[in-house]
Amino acid sequence: MYTLLKNLGTWLTSSAQWTGPDGIAHRLAEHLQYSLLATLIAAAIGLPLGLLIGHTGKGAFLAINLASFGRALPTVGLVVLVFLAGGLSMLPVYVALVALAVPAIVTNTYAGMTAVDPDVKDAARGQGMRGHQVLCQVELPLALPLIMTGLRLALIQVVATATIAAYVSFGGLGRYVFDGLAQRDLVQVLGGAVLVAAVAVVLDVALAGLQRFLFRHRTV
Amino acid sequence: MTIDWSWISAHTDDLTTLTLSHLQAALTAVALGLLISLPLAVVAHRVPRLRGALLGLSNILFTIPSIAIFVLLLPVSGLTRTTTVTGLTVYTLVVLLRNTVEGLDSVPAKVKEAAKAMGTRPLRTLLTVEFPLALPVIFAGVRIATVMSISLVSVATYIGDGGLGQLFTDGFQRNFPTPVIAGVVLTLLLAVVADAVLVAVQYALTPWARRRA
Repeated sequence: MYTLLKNLGTWLTSSAQWTGPDGIAHRLAEHLQYSLLATLIAAAIGLPLGLLIGHTGKGAFLAINLASFGRALPTVGLVVLVFLAGGLSMLPVYVALVALAVPAIVTNTYAGMTAVDPDVKDAARGQGMRGHQVLCQVELPLALPLIMTGLRLALIQVVATATIAAYVSFGGLGRYVFDGLAQRDLVQVLGGAVLVAAVAVVLDVALAGLQRFLFRHRTV
Repeated sequence: MTIDWSWISAHTDDLTTLTLSHLQAALTAVALGLLISLPLAVVAHRVPRLRGALLGLSNILFTIPSIAIFVLLLPVSGLTRTTTVTGLTVYTLVVLLRNTVEGLDSVPAKVKEAAKAMGTRPLRTLLTVEFPLALPVIFAGVRIATVMSISLVSVATYIGDGGLGQLFTDGFQRNFPTPVIAGVVLTLLLAVVADAVLVAVQYALTPWARRRA
């Protein structure tokens, strides 16, 4: 166990390991690229959908069931399935990652919208605001903290799952995990796992900090 | 993409075995998760100073990717079912702990005072008053944890376990979609059925909640 940790330390800190196309720096950049792009696409789909459902109150059934469906869907299976259907490209990975992230974003956006006090919405309407004004100037700002929570949750799940890009022969930090497993090189496997975990934790803490900074004037 | 039905009919036995093994891993994890999180939740509920630490710790554990948890356990428990179940248990903790604490918080103080006034001792109050009243919220957590575990078992296919997840590896390696489709459909079915069973159990366990609804 001690030797293992020592070797892991050497693997993580040797400068040779960090450079080149197979180096940690490059793999890290790939991993972040997959994760951020997938989360952006998911947000572009999920945010309007969640806002619409929350604003109109229509399709609440969809929003609630989408959450449990998203939790139940086995991502590995989805990646393999889209891969077998669509051939070798990054598409299956993005499809799977987006499918994973959309439910978290929709349900949290919806939850944020429904948590807005109806009296406040009525007051806004009573002041002569139109539907879209109520949505943009009243509901959206009040729902923002929960919406942020949803985006955070989605990004973390995506970062964790982007590991599977390597399973269908793409890059990212998962490369170390899968190459290591194939080569029976436990140090490399552990190194990859530690890096993915570190990225996930660091991003979550950073976003939590950002969220606190953005909403620092709130007393709630 | 077409389904090869003859493959499915030829492999019904394998599919049954994998489904059962899948279910076993997920349910063991949820049971262990409950066993660990119930006492911890009581501690977090009663000792405000430990509350933040316990919930924060489980949050951090939840952030660690599932594949990473399985892999990090390899030096300890190897390519075994123990690794799968331990990894999944870690994942259930955050949901179960948070919901149980919230459930205990939701019990009105007056009810606890009434129990105290009737001479009920703290442990008995906890078991016969607080836990039953917290059941709906605890059950919401159990349902999420169960569905999540059922979906996550597949990830353990990378370390040679993973129940229905093995169908994904199999289909991927042979470039043959049928097992993959079967695996996805069976996982979803398992999740839906398990969730429905839990709803029924909760319904049976909380007769008083029905009148309110």
